Amino acid sequence: MADAGMLRFHVPEPEVRPGGTPDFSDVTIPKAGSVPRPEIDVDPRTIRDMAFSIIRVLNRAGEAVGPWAGLLSDDELLEGLRHMMTLRTFDARMQMAQRQGKTSFYMQHLGEEAVSCAFRKALAPGDMNFPTYRQAGLLIADGYPMVTMMNQIYSNEADPLKGRQLPIMYSSKEHGFFSISGNLATQYIQAVGWAMASAISNDSKIAAAWIGDGSTAESDFHSALVFASTYKAPVVLNVVNNQWAISTFQGIARGGSGTFAARGLGFGIPSLRVDGNDYLAVHAVAKWATTRARSNLGPTLIEYVTYRVGAHSSSDDPSAYRPKAESDAWPLGDPIVRLKNHLIQRGVWSDERHTQAEAEIQEMVVSAQREAERHGTLHAGGKPSTRDMFEGVYAEMPPHLRRQRQQAGV
Amino acid sequence: MPRRTMIEAIRDAMDVSMARDERVIVYGEDVGFFGGVFRCTQGLQAKYGKSRCFDAPISESGIVGSAIGMAAYGLKPCVEVQFADYVYPAYDQIVSEAARLRYRSNGDFTCPIVVRMPTGGGIFGGQTHSQSPEALFTHVSGLKVVVPSNPHDAKGLLISSIEDPDPVIFLEPKRLYNGPFDGHHDRPVTPWSKHELGEVADGHYTVPLGKAVIRRAGAAVTVLAYGTMVYVAEAAAEETGIDAEIIDLRTLLPLDLETIVASVNKTGRCVVVHEATLTSGFGAELSALVQEHCFYHLEAPVARVAGWDTPYPHAQEWDYFPGPARLGRALVETMEA
Repeated sequence: MADAGMLRFHVPEPEVRPGGTPDFSDVTIPKAGSVPRPEIDVDPRTIRDMAFSIIRVLNRAGEAVGPWAGLLSDDELLEGLRHMMTLRTFDARMQMAQRQGKTSFYMQHLGEEAVSCAFRKALAPGDMNFPTYRQAGLLIADGYPMVTMMNQIYSNEADPLKGRQLPIMYSSKEHGFFSISGNLATQYIQAVGWAMASAISNDSKIAAAWIGDGSTAESDFHSALVFASTYKAPVVLNVVNNQWAISTFQGIARGGSGTFAARGLGFGIPSLRVDGNDYLAVHAVAKWATTRARSNLGPTLIEYVTYRVGAHSSSDDPSAYRPKAESDAWPLGDPIVRLKNHLIQRGVWSDERHTQAEAEIQEMVVSAQREAERHGTLHAGGKPSTRDMFEGVYAEMPPHLRRQRQQAGV
Repeated sequence: MPRRTMIEAIRDAMDVSMARDERVIVYGEDVGFFGGVFRCTQGLQAKYGKSRCFDAPISESGIVGSAIGMAAYGLKPCVEVQFADYVYPAYDQIVSEAARLRYRSNGDFTCPIVVRMPTGGGIFGGQTHSQSPEALFTHVSGLKVVVPSNPHDAKGLLISSIEDPDPVIFLEPKRLYNGPFDGHHDRPVTPWSKHELGEVADGHYTVPLGKAVIRRAGAAVTVLAYGTMVYVAEAAAEETGIDAEIIDLRTLLPLDLETIVASVNKTGRCVVVHEATLTSGFGAELSALVQEHCFYHLEAPVARVAGWDTPYPHAQEWDYFPGPARLGRALVETMEA
């Protein structure tokens, strides 16, 4: 009781603020291949340390090493690289379109492309994601048409959501992508409910819940963990820790728990941490978790350790709260560069082919953009009708809405 | 025809729905093995198994949030929130998610859920077992809000709600569970077994959402009521001798404006009554609608009788509760205006 006396209030602070030198020396990075791969029916109590480590497959030399390596073929990895490159190019074009006033808002994935692109490949048709606003890789990697995404971003006449939703809040049941709310964490418990429904129906489909580091502080996150644990729901509980919740560093939501994965331990849920910038590691851990879910072994919590290189959204300026060069200092590197180097090391890729692929992808994205813009952008060209505003509130329009639609003159 | 309490009628509605449609799933706190603190789900787990009727953790946002996910999957969850006073942790899920899912996804995903909850006072439940939060839901685009006042309607409205393609907030006036309470707390309550609205047919039938019913025809003044206030209004009319036309709204959203307007245009006077607090209560909406649609027929200002704008008290329950005396005074004043 050395310090009994006046109480002091504690507010965590990040290591460095703007003007300082980026410092990630407190982030312990285990060697690639050093974390064991347990059997899927492992007793969660015996792998609690995995919530405090980081599963990695790609080493500094670009080799895939250790027990989590070896799941993907050359072709699958080349496809994965293409998905990540496509997402990055798509983001760059749409960010620019926002700056040009063609839409109101945009959110990019810069630095986090591996998480959603690799995860998608561990799912089967019919499975359902409950994503946040930073998992468009789930759509890209599932072949959802870019033009449709752009139509939604532009809220144009071909927008599948009829101009009702903020840009990038996609919805596609067909592609296993639940309607993005924009409210945080609500979708996490919904994913668990969807998974419970699949089990109640003796189906074989599973759900994937998505949340960011900051939103794990919401009560819905905890509801989801309780329900997932209680009913052993076939769900993968994904936490994308990209270090920043707008301007708030991850320590504000994490508190004293050490890691976000550790949140799962109290619920008896196997909880793993993985290098989120390592396509192979993300895929391998996702596969482990989806296999568990499909085998009636219940939920798995995965924390993806990554870094949000870009701004939170088109409305955000990170230079006001973190050093500009912080992303360069991030010790887990860039997911595209790392997979590219691995493929070169495997002898199936080269700098030349990479440059050529970049050009092809750029052309594909630009051509999709041209097609989308033929249907209009937010303030120009074709747009959803005012009538569409009144439709779809209910299956059948009630009298009071009919009266209001008449009042609006449509 | 068999007579049932409102509890039995509600249970029967779920029983009938679960038997007809295996997508109907019932859960909530204490709902499974025990059958709910008011026993509305008694026997359903034994009959339909633990996959169809089960206990949930004490987490209203979890109960409603998981129900939304189940509905997105294709099931039809009918969940219980133990008291309407406990619904607030689920409010975000109801307002931001259930109510908007169809709209924001353009019908790609829908949310056919029912959230049942006992509402209203009269049981010495204090502020945590007595609230009437209906206006917090009628203000939300995309929801339907239902308040039955008797066993017959409760069963038919609940079956309609379960079969509805959109989310329904189903508020059960708990003071009516066992009989038609008219606000005379010092007198014994007639049980539903002795009331004609306690007649509940076996099997499947529906009472349509969005349709009010005239409980007492009258020529002098229209009383707009729902839930427990329907019986308070009947008592007030009888005790004042005023020939009131009492409309039981049954569904607040969507509202049966036609029935309201026809009645007020006939009587030329209107009193609105609810248990919930006055300011920004549903009575404000009713009063505004009557003013907009019946202005040239009105012979008196529209009066509102409601709970006072205080938290629901414990010892002062009968000073708070808008009983027949308070409503009766409003009827007299409206007739004299």
